[in-house]
Amino acid sequence: MTAVPADPPATGRPSRRAVSRGSTFDPIFGFLCGAAATLLLATLTGVMISLAIGGWPAFAKFGLGFFTSTRWNPSADIAGGEFYGGAGPIVGTLITALVALVLSLPIAVGVAVFLTEFCPRTLRRPIGIAVELLAGVPSIVYGMWGLFVFAPLFSQVVETPLAYWTPPPFLGKGFADFWNNAVIGDLVPNGSGIFAASIILAIMILPFMAATLRELFLTVPPKVRESAYGVGCTPLEVVMSVTIPYVRRSAIGAVMLGLGRALGETMAVTFVIGNAHNFPKGLFSGGSTIASTIANEFAEATTPLHTSALIALGFVLFVITFAVLAIARTLLNAQRQA
Amino acid sequence: MLKTIAAAMTAVLLAGATANAADITGAGATFPAPIYGKWAEAYKKETGVGLNYQAIGSGGGIKQITAKTVDFGATDKPLKADQLAQLGLIQFPAVMGGVVPVVNLPGVNPGQLKLTGDLLAKIYLGEIKRWSDPAIAGLNAGVRLPNLPITVVHRSDGSGTTFVFTSYLTMKNGGWASKVGSNDAVEWPTGQGGKGNDGVSAFVRQTPGSIGYVEYAFAKQNHLTYTQMQSHDGSFVEPVAANFAAAASKADWAHTPGGSYYMLILDKPGAESWPITAATFILVYKHQDNPAKGQDVLKFFDWAFKHGDQLAEQLDYIPLPASLKASIEHKWQEVH
Repeated sequence: MTAVPADPPATGRPSRRAVSRGSTFDPIFGFLCGAAATLLLATLTGVMISLAIGGWPAFAKFGLGFFTSTRWNPSADIAGGEFYGGAGPIVGTLITALVALVLSLPIAVGVAVFLTEFCPRTLRRPIGIAVELLAGVPSIVYGMWGLFVFAPLFSQVVETPLAYWTPPPFLGKGFADFWNNAVIGDLVPNGSGIFAASIILAIMILPFMAATLRELFLTVPPKVRESAYGVGCTPLEVVMSVTIPYVRRSAIGAVMLGLGRALGETMAVTFVIGNAHNFPKGLFSGGSTIASTIANEFAEATTPLHTSALIALGFVLFVITFAVLAIARTLLNAQRQA
Repeated sequence: MLKTIAAAMTAVLLAGATANAADITGAGATFPAPIYGKWAEAYKKETGVGLNYQAIGSGGGIKQITAKTVDFGATDKPLKADQLAQLGLIQFPAVMGGVVPVVNLPGVNPGQLKLTGDLLAKIYLGEIKRWSDPAIAGLNAGVRLPNLPITVVHRSDGSGTTFVFTSYLTMKNGGWASKVGSNDAVEWPTGQGGKGNDGVSAFVRQTPGSIGYVEYAFAKQNHLTYTQMQSHDGSFVEPVAANFAAAASKADWAHTPGGSYYMLILDKPGAESWPITAATFILVYKHQDNPAKGQDVLKFFDWAFKHGDQLAEQLDYIPLPASLKASIEHKWQEVH
């Protein structure tokens, strides 16, 4: 009973030795972490610079025309030779991503609100797992599913009826023109086109946005929400006037991250967008995105100018995505500081 | 546990490395990939030498052989004599096949619809917009053509098949030649692009009134509604092996520019000749950094020429004529 161990037991408590070793290795640890972070930054800058260099011949040759022209001619043996204008893919990228966002945002908000406000405890896990599973499906699978399952269905249920529908006269000639040109365009009812690609994209970014929004909604202090319920608010009122205003800024950030994903999505879009290089005539026309154009043509681009034009498109996508993510970060940070 | 896994992985890596050392590597065209795969399987059984062929597309094949990352490149779009000389490559055909227009017309059976090269070009130019157009109806008396708009489907990815198809349209229609031209990817005046043969056939199957083009083997295996085409002599021919062979027999392989075997078997004379027939080509270096490896490649194709014809026919490819094979084997003496 009187014998006191000379040393503290080896386990359970931090020994003096461990502490001193830690302080010896601290600078090295710090240096390694710093090096990892620097490497990441260097890689990012390197990618950007090499894209800019690789795309330079195309930018230099076509100048502003690269952004405004919709001509995309890889064949050298006709008058004028090769010509690459990226307006079609650039606009296609922006439109599909935006439409996907508009389609998936309400559903994502719905999922998140349901999970935080209404969901019975027993359902919370199954729905959570379903969301995660959706997020984990590889994009090529969405592509195949889109081409072989979704497209025939979409063609039958949506596009064919739309193609036969004429706007009733009381909506006016203006609406009829808008409908026939901007919406229907040169609709081919086979389930492919800008809108079909947008729907596939919406399904792909939905789980990501729903999960992020749910996390955000959970950051609302329970006290605030409970007080709202306490003064007699209905769940709708709590969501509309407490939860959403509380997370508004960071929610915009989450949405932008979803947009960033939609912008760069490749394989799924390539399968269903119709792959027409020209400027999309309407929402249901065939089109292309930057990522789908690169996926389609890079392996077979044999002339230096063709390769360069594709790299230049990659650079444009990089800049667009970078801008979107930068805006998202700024908004998220603003929320944290507020 | 970790050690076991590590040991197993090392073993696998080493095994892989030794296998790769003896194997031949090739990359390129997707069109002949199935037959190269079949040949490789049989060849490995007989000789123990494997072939690692990556079907990355003709353009990719040219890029890879130029970068010397593979032992041979494969392309559907032959290189011209001056390009070959510049790169120090020799080129020879390996096998032949056909490109076939396919349609989706309710009530029209495979082989029923007749088309000419000029009509096909006008359809792909967007000048003929409906199936009931008198130009089509005039050729097809007795076929009930629906009054559907024509939806043009083409390949969205760069493809040797597209090169063959657009080369044919270039021969048959001046407007196509001046506005679009021939290449493995072109500025399509109209229509939708499907990725690969799969993508094109999926769009064609889903779209009543559509027309596309695929490789013959693909059309046959997927029971697509192919069309008849007008031959050079004016007769209408079906896309069947005998008719590809008829076209191939009219190709004058003995007199290609600079012995490059540059040959498009398009619109060849003969009442049975299918007008859109094509060969697919192999590229190897004349001066091999590793001569033994170069000989391995040639031995493989020598074996394929001698024993591979039946396998090729089973997969709906057309073997090369004997005289051409002899001439190619002679040409191989330049490789060292």
